Amino acid sequence: MTKVGLPELGEGIEKATVSYWYFKEGEKVNEKDDLVELTTDKATFNLPSPCSGTLSEIFFREGDTVNVGEVLAIIDET
Amino acid sequence: MQTEVFDLGTINFRMAWDFQKEILSAVKNKNLSSGLILCQHNPVITLGRAADRKNILMNEQELSLRGIQIYEIERGGDVTYHGPGQLTVYPVFNLNYFKKDIHFFLRYLEEVIMELLSDFGIKGRRIPGLTGVWVGRQKIASIGIAIRNWITFHGLSINIKKDDLENFSFIRPCGMDIEMTSLETVLGKNIEFHDIKENLIYRFKNLGSSLHPIGSLSPYGDRLCFG
Repeated sequence: MTKVGLPELGEGIEKATVSYWYFKEGEKVNEKDDLVELTTDKATFNLPSPCSGTLSEIFFREGDTVNVGEVLAIIDET
Repeated sequence: MQTEVFDLGTINFRMAWDFQKEILSAVKNKNLSSGLILCQHNPVITLGRAADRKNILMNEQELSLRGIQIYEIERGGDVTYHGPGQLTVYPVFNLNYFKKDIHFFLRYLEEVIMELLSDFGIKGRRIPGLTGVWVGRQKIASIGIAIRNWITFHGLSINIKKDDLENFSFIRPCGMDIEMTSLETVLGKNIEFHDIKENLIYRFKNLGSSLHPIGSLSPYGDRLCFG
């Protein structure tokens, strides 16, 4: 089980908004697949999947705000 | 280091958008260290990820009759207009080799624009909390970027010509009641795109340091190379 957290995005950036999930809960993902798109200020960016497995749980939906360090989703590697 | 510069001239948004993705892919695959795309768009309205369609003030049929297309795209920000009186610049830079800091890069783009304006005798400024560059209370340049694998695309547009500003009245730029201005409006004289381009190329090529060899691409338009 791997937690996908919001990483450090730069000085003074404490949060971002989820703008798009590329996968749904229960779907298979491969390592480095674009997993989720987030937005901060005038920039969008993607988080790649850290591993291959099943996207078992999403904690923040599109439009939700996430703080740096918070867990966005869980990927089940089994 | 080598930053490859692509001057696409006046081009439809869709073609330039596709070309950006081609360059993004080339940088990601290390076939290109970094790219700088310069162009002028035929009239177009783009909606960023934070956009509200209510900020388009004219109905789509009327816009279509005026030849203005609408695209929903993956950059940050709300609604903006691009037209032939603007220079639009798409820096495709790998921040893995620069600084992995989104806001730092946004502030860097503002700095480049302010230095450019300064060279033309214009004092540009930031407004805290709002990305972009202003002259007094009027906005002269807009910024909206996207980042994939810490590689940037989309970018900035600078209003150059005075006679293209009226099309901003079709939208609420960035979702706000903003009055736009241009270099020609501020200076009261004709400004050539060539002079602006040369200035920006000089400034951006200083950013593209520490990157990889050039690969082969299938460019549209002129292709210039700077080392």
